[in-house]
Amino acid sequence: MSETAEAALEITDLRKTYPGGVVALDGISFSVLKGDFFALLGPNGAGKSTTMGIVSGLVVRGSGLARVFGHDAGSVEAKSCIGLVPQEFNFSIFEKVEDILVQQAGYFGMPRRYALGRSETLLKKLGLWEKRHAQGLKLSGGMKRKLLIARALMHEPRLLVLDEPTAGVDVETRRSMWEFITTLNKAGTTIILSTHYLEEAEQLCKNIAIIDNGTILADTNMRDFLRTVARETYVLDIEQKVTDDASGRPSGAVVVDEHTLEVTVAKGEGLNTIFKSLDKKGLTVLGCRAKQNRLEQLFVGMTGENGKEAKTGSGDKVSA
Amino acid sequence: MRAAQQWRAFLTLLGKEVGRVFRIWTQTLLPSAITMTLYFVIFGSFIGDRIQDMQGHSYVAFIVPGLIMMAVLTNSYANVSSSFFGNKFQKSIEELLVSPMPSWLIVAGYTAGGMARGLIVGAIVTAISLFFVPLQVHAWSVIVVFVVLTSAVFSLAGLLNGIYARKFDDVSIVPTFVLTPLTYLGGVFYSVTLLPLVWQQISRLNPILYMVNGFRYGFLGISDVPVAGGLMILITLCLGLLVLDVYLIEKGVRLKS
Repeated sequence: MSETAEAALEITDLRKTYPGGVVALDGISFSVLKGDFFALLGPNGAGKSTTMGIVSGLVVRGSGLARVFGHDAGSVEAKSCIGLVPQEFNFSIFEKVEDILVQQAGYFGMPRRYALGRSETLLKKLGLWEKRHAQGLKLSGGMKRKLLIARALMHEPRLLVLDEPTAGVDVETRRSMWEFITTLNKAGTTIILSTHYLEEAEQLCKNIAIIDNGTILADTNMRDFLRTVARETYVLDIEQKVTDDASGRPSGAVVVDEHTLEVTVAKGEGLNTIFKSLDKKGLTVLGCRAKQNRLEQLFVGMTGENGKEAKTGSGDKVSA
Repeated sequence: MRAAQQWRAFLTLLGKEVGRVFRIWTQTLLPSAITMTLYFVIFGSFIGDRIQDMQGHSYVAFIVPGLIMMAVLTNSYANVSSSFFGNKFQKSIEELLVSPMPSWLIVAGYTAGGMARGLIVGAIVTAISLFFVPLQVHAWSVIVVFVVLTSAVFSLAGLLNGIYARKFDDVSIVPTFVLTPLTYLGGVFYSVTLLPLVWQQISRLNPILYMVNGFRYGFLGISDVPVAGGLMILITLCLGLLVLDVYLIEKGVRLKS
């Protein structure tokens, strides 16, 4: 099978300029394979929502190509394949939960009886069944997010586009939502995720693209991308009291408080040397954790001011 | 989308629109019923008897078709403009825009919803009129054609308003400053033949005159302007607005970034 046939989404030289001259997309290209769990990350205003809008038919593209399972984005065929979970709540707040789902299924041409059964299944899976007769406006923030997911899944889309689906959602709800979405992915649904919770993207996604100022800065495999981290900082919990002088701590370590040290190690440099040094000083390590998650570190480096300078200097993009 | 799927999608949108009409019936059905009852009481009972017959019919009998038509067109227009703009405002219009429904089907669904409200209100006002004047029918076919086409024209016009509206004020400006004056000057309460010649000529530029006139012809068999000409104007307006609405939705004007 050719690469094109396996692609759930292919974007080629996509451009979009909003009225007023704001360039949202400046010729981006990337593709998402069928069955992928793909992260599209970027800071606010980077062009993520514009990209997702074009893919789902809500934004008119300037130029370039966007194809969904081989169909032109915005076409009837492409829309039939996509389920969109938007960033903002966009259902009628006066409608009842079940009606919102059944109506959405109706717009996709599904028979009402089938839609009722499908809505029951989804509402039960997402823990909203008890709220099926409640108006949209009476739901909590987390429930509204779940409702958006259920609505996007009513027509059993092959590609699920999630634009910050867990914004403002509590930890427990977020976890249950991810479990549900991971199950969908394992069952074959291709997922494109945009989120500001980078640890979620790191854990869930197989491939990643980073976008900023309308250009793709990275488009690669998540594992390969994380390997590009040059230095990592670890936080060590020490049983004994540590003192902030050269004799009381290993070289390069920073004392955070009496029982906590921070050490920064370069890529490829193990923690063994640090542990041995601590052992020699009679210090016992009770726990060790990364100070910042790797994706966050890379993301900030690429999209922050330093990252921009580096990109301008070299002109290189990370690409798989 | 296959034809059966399109039919289901159409029924879904129509069902949602009709459901909205009944859910907020105090805003959609009741006001016209009360307003028209007042017209019938005032012009039928209080001062109607003091006004001489119009073209062989009592004054109240003369104004009944115009009042029914007024209710039909204002309700058809208001339903689509407010519902569509409300969906735009809440962004729930995106439910339709991400669906595989073609633009013409979206237009058809909203238009049918507006027509449904217009015709329901028209039926209510007709029922109320029976308390004041017996029903006369000259030609059922003319009544049906004119009322259906008029409700379609004003539903399509309401959709146009909803598409272009940016704020709630924009939805009320057209009914207040365009629709109401044209309706009152469209021969609802008088025969244009009573006007000086120059005003008769000016009145002929008002499309609502032809709708009211044709509808009245269907009930009473009297006419100030050619009925066939009115029918042609209605069909032209209907097709023109239909094409324009479908084009605007297809292009995503004021709907897509």
